[in-house]
Amino acid sequence: MANRQATGYTLLFATAICIVCGILVSSFAVSLEDLQDENIALDKQKRVLEAVGLLQPGESIDEAQVAERFEPIEPVLIELSSGEPVDGDTATFDQQRRARDPTTSAEAPDNLARVKRVPDRALLYEMRGDGGELEMIVLPIEGLGLWGTLYGFLALDADTTTVRGITYYQHKETPGLGGEVDNPTWKDKWPGRRAFDDEGEVRLAVIKGFAPSAEEAPYRVDGLAGATITSNGVTNMLEFWLGENGFEPYLNRIRAEAN
Amino acid sequence: MAVKKSEAALDPLFNNNPIALQVLGICSALAVTTKMETSVVMCAAVIGVLTLSNLTISLLRHQIPNSIRIIVQLTVIASLVIVTDQILKAYVFEISKQLSVFVGLIITNCIIMGRAEAFAMQNPPSLAILDGIGNGIGYSAILMVTAFLRELFGSGKLYGYTVLPTVSEGGWYLPNGLMLLSPAAFFIIGGLIWALRVYKPAQVEMDG
Repeated sequence: MANRQATGYTLLFATAICIVCGILVSSFAVSLEDLQDENIALDKQKRVLEAVGLLQPGESIDEAQVAERFEPIEPVLIELSSGEPVDGDTATFDQQRRARDPTTSAEAPDNLARVKRVPDRALLYEMRGDGGELEMIVLPIEGLGLWGTLYGFLALDADTTTVRGITYYQHKETPGLGGEVDNPTWKDKWPGRRAFDDEGEVRLAVIKGFAPSAEEAPYRVDGLAGATITSNGVTNMLEFWLGENGFEPYLNRIRAEAN
Repeated sequence: MAVKKSEAALDPLFNNNPIALQVLGICSALAVTTKMETSVVMCAAVIGVLTLSNLTISLLRHQIPNSIRIIVQLTVIASLVIVTDQILKAYVFEISKQLSVFVGLIITNCIIMGRAEAFAMQNPPSLAILDGIGNGIGYSAILMVTAFLRELFGSGKLYGYTVLPTVSEGGWYLPNGLMLLSPAAFFIIGGLIWALRVYKPAQVEMDG
């Protein structure tokens, strides 16, 4: 056997281990990618269902049940600047990729949510009743928390003001602190709060400490204990995505149509 | 060193339990034991990684240059953990989301490196596999007992099924919220260590 202490042998061994491990890891990652992407897409649909209240937290349903409950919900592709619907494939639409591509996005003005680029189009969901009347709107929201960007959905009533639910499907916040954005008890505090005040300004904010019921404090939600930066991140992303650079043109169109 | 096969596999259960005697791997034991379902997946992941890393290190033990042995062990363990994480994301997505960072943190689980360095480097593959399974099960046993108690008293459920109907769902049981917080796992594991040392007084450390 070669001298195990020789420098040449050590380097050779290290290289061999790196190559073998590298091949092992990457072949697994590549071969499982399709299955993982399917799971991610399905999970996103479940979060939409959760935001509109068609899926209870902790309830586990299979693919067929997701498709069935998704029946009244229609994905709608819109142009962000005008709020008008546009044609396009909703199944393959990737808002994050679109926001990265300079040809399909614009630099965002300075904002507290630290959104860097705004895509030209966005995919949202409209939930309609049996008669085709609009019941709920589900808007995608994203913004910086403590460790990374949080991605989620905000469900608004057809009146475009009353919150019906909020969920996050991807974030890197600390489990037990900022990660409590996934806590069902906290998410339960959202329905009934109001996103805009009577002047049409975004007022809803996550505050420090405890907020009373939705009737008494329509614009405030309990902060997450020990996670001020995450809580502020949630407030900031609401302000950005409900504002003029986000979905305001779309919400204005919905309001105009309702009158 | 002569180690019997039965000893390699069975010693880690009670006589040399990685959590109860060596007090290793506590961090994940606190984090994933609020529900039995997540604990089962975590245990399976740890048993799998531990067995395979012990096997790999043991097969390579005559080839690994002494000067870089720790980093070689880490590379092998890290690769196995990433693969495990990928498999969980592909087949049990919901649970892997709940386990979040803790699957990745198996890399730093002291039990795995501890067994690789202390056992697999000196013993043949057959023994190393048994040692890996034994330690994995020893870790799992403590985790499952902890998760059983925490889920039962913390949310009135066992493996997701309601056993004690809670007040919030119209039953009679008022859940003990402390059980869902990390300190509860400390209390339970402390209690288990106490019980084990009463049963086997040889494990009690002498006062220096």
